[in-house]
Amino acid sequence: MTDHSSDIDSVSGKSTTGHEWDGIKELNTPLPRWWVITFYLTIVWAIGYWIVYPAWPLISSNTTGVFGYSSRADVAVELANLEKIRGDKMVALGAASLVDIEKDPALLALARAKGKTVFGDNCAPCHGSGAAGAKGYPNLNDDDWLWGGTLDQIMQTIQFGARSGHAKTHEGQMLAFGKDGVLKGDEIVTVANYVRSLSGLSTRNGYDAAKGQKIFAENCAACHGDAGKGNLELGAPNLTDKIWLYGSDEASLIETISQGRAGVMPAWEGRLDPATIKAMAVYVHSLGGGK
Amino acid sequence: MNKAVNPNELKPADDGGPLYAARKKVYPQSVSGTFRRIKWSLMAVCLGVYYFLPFVRWNRGLGAPSQAVLIDLPNSRFYFFFIELWPQEVYYFTGLLIVAAVALFLMNSVGGRIWCGYLCPQTVWTDLFYAVERLVEGDRRERMKKDKSSDPLKLERISEIVLKHSIWILIAWWTGGAWVLYFSDAPTLVKELVTFQAPMIAYVWIGILTATTYLLAGFMREQVCTYMCPWPRIQAALTDEWALNVTYRYDRGEKRTSVKKAAELRALGQQVGDCVDCYQCVAVCPTGIDIRNGPQLECIQCGLCIDACDNVMAKIGRPKRLIGYDNDINIHRRQEGKAPIYRIVRARTVVYSAIIAAVGGIMIYTLATRSLLDVNVLHDRNPVAVKLSDGSIRNAYTVRLLNKSGYDRVIAIDADGPVNSTVHVVGVDSVTPDRPMIVIPRDSTSELRLLVTAPADNNPEKSIPVRFHVTDIGLGVVASATDNFVSP
Repeated sequence: MTDHSSDIDSVSGKSTTGHEWDGIKELNTPLPRWWVITFYLTIVWAIGYWIVYPAWPLISSNTTGVFGYSSRADVAVELANLEKIRGDKMVALGAASLVDIEKDPALLALARAKGKTVFGDNCAPCHGSGAAGAKGYPNLNDDDWLWGGTLDQIMQTIQFGARSGHAKTHEGQMLAFGKDGVLKGDEIVTVANYVRSLSGLSTRNGYDAAKGQKIFAENCAACHGDAGKGNLELGAPNLTDKIWLYGSDEASLIETISQGRAGVMPAWEGRLDPATIKAMAVYVHSLGGGK
Repeated sequence: MNKAVNPNELKPADDGGPLYAARKKVYPQSVSGTFRRIKWSLMAVCLGVYYFLPFVRWNRGLGAPSQAVLIDLPNSRFYFFFIELWPQEVYYFTGLLIVAAVALFLMNSVGGRIWCGYLCPQTVWTDLFYAVERLVEGDRRERMKKDKSSDPLKLERISEIVLKHSIWILIAWWTGGAWVLYFSDAPTLVKELVTFQAPMIAYVWIGILTATTYLLAGFMREQVCTYMCPWPRIQAALTDEWALNVTYRYDRGEKRTSVKKAAELRALGQQVGDCVDCYQCVAVCPTGIDIRNGPQLECIQCGLCIDACDNVMAKIGRPKRLIGYDNDINIHRRQEGKAPIYRIVRARTVVYSAIIAAVGGIMIYTLATRSLLDVNVLHDRNPVAVKLSDGSIRNAYTVRLLNKSGYDRVIAIDADGPVNSTVHVVGVDSVTPDRPMIVIPRDSTSELRLLVTAPADNNPEKSIPVRFHVTDIGLGVVASATDNFVSP
């Protein structure tokens, strides 16, 4: 710094900075020393920071700093720690039987927490975040199950899926009776009304119940059963209850019978580890509809 | 206003000068007397409580912490002797803060800045650090002389400085050390600290508080009160003409002159004040002000100038309390020859006391009657209701049971919902039909998934309230919560 002590302002008796504009000089009123020292310290600190931490962008990367710090490595360590903390519990979850998991409050809480997260990541796109389903995607909260609602059956469906292409997948589908020319238009309308009558829904005026029963027995009973109670082995839904995956109105039923239905549930084995699939099965079962 | 000024007539003092005023170091002189004794005792009590409270034990039974005052962050519990608070009871702290704030207002309207002068940690630790400084370097004059001396440092002076700072750092370190003891079992943590086994965070906090104590009490001192603390500004808005403040009683006359001259003038029948201009009040002041200039922002009202003045008044045979707790009203009354009046009971002190009593009363009442068994219910939002294959409707709830007592509880859950509805808890086999029983371990919470199902012929048309009752099977204590049952 320059010494301005020689240039004294005659009015105030103070030194000036020596800068002059139209005869007006600026008084030398320095910043407080502690402020200036702090300012220089931050500069020193910043230089240290450049050296120690990643700072400078290069063409395709950046300087790594002498500590080799990276926030990605931090995350990796955190995740590894998390796995370590969870390790024992997830091992216990993998070892316990599904029934025992539901009986043990700690394991149940873990399975439900894990299951909920994994469900949100993997299942929610089709089944909805609360597993309430949508048209064509079953509601997993209710007690109506295409492939069975016990813990083991739920787990099997999650593992191998339905019509998923996996060797052990659930097979069986609703045939397209109209499109394939098996049933004619009026027959489809008749059997649709018959199916509605099975669960006590209203039928169209002039509908022939006897004819409907005959068509049903010849075409549908093989999978859905004589009484329309369905068949878990084939994923054939119970037609006598109040729950309809594709809708219960006549138009929806006619569409189902003419076009067929074959929704796909992917197989999760191999994509999720066994303990996680177990947690999922327990979570879905605990939603309330489990048998 | 804009009067023409001849620049040549301006004096340096007319120029506002720099906005930054360099600190003038204060060298308070030692003093003895009533207020000094009060300050010593309060310091002993405050520091005693702060430093030793973590070591006080309190038996809460096996498995529970045995520390009387403990902030258990990992387990989210606060222990204060027989009280154990959970995070959701943080409103007790709100109540405590309201009481503390209003108590501060009350103190202020009764006796001015009692908090600042006697109880504030900044005052207490600064006072302690001054005591150390005085012990090592000597009293006011000696310290001033040593600081001013331009002689090269001799070994004696260096060792004095080193000793002073060592003691300061030791006190500061102990201050930081005591702080962390409130967050963990004190004896265990002390052992760990000594053997360097304590968690890093403990050392970090000790370091931070050592640094702040050392800086605030050793160096910044009265600047904290004058520049950093908002309370001097706030209290100025809270005070009134009846509040007692440390006041120079100017009704005791002017002019201020020496003892000898005053006696001469008195003999001549002239008006002379009791003040002999000895500057003792200024010498002992920890903020370096002159109380005779009237109430000032910097004055923390520690009362030490009262002691200093009393000592002088006693020596020269004039009445004591030329400086004392007083207000302008009384000064004017005495000037008019009337007797002073002190009005402690006035609207604002009554209102403040009433607020303290009301908030304190509510806190004590809620604390005494709070339930140690509690239940919170959260209705499933997605889906809100599920239709089952037989047409019945089911609603699912997340139920959180809180057992705040020191023993395990066996509880049963009932739901007063739709007619003929059934209750099921996932993972629990009902012992009696529709009455699931659950064990909640002591001092913990359990989260359950509870399903209420209304039969098909009894589907409520719209939302109806459901009341959940949680009953302690052994003790019969009941907690309840209300939610709704809805149809799709």
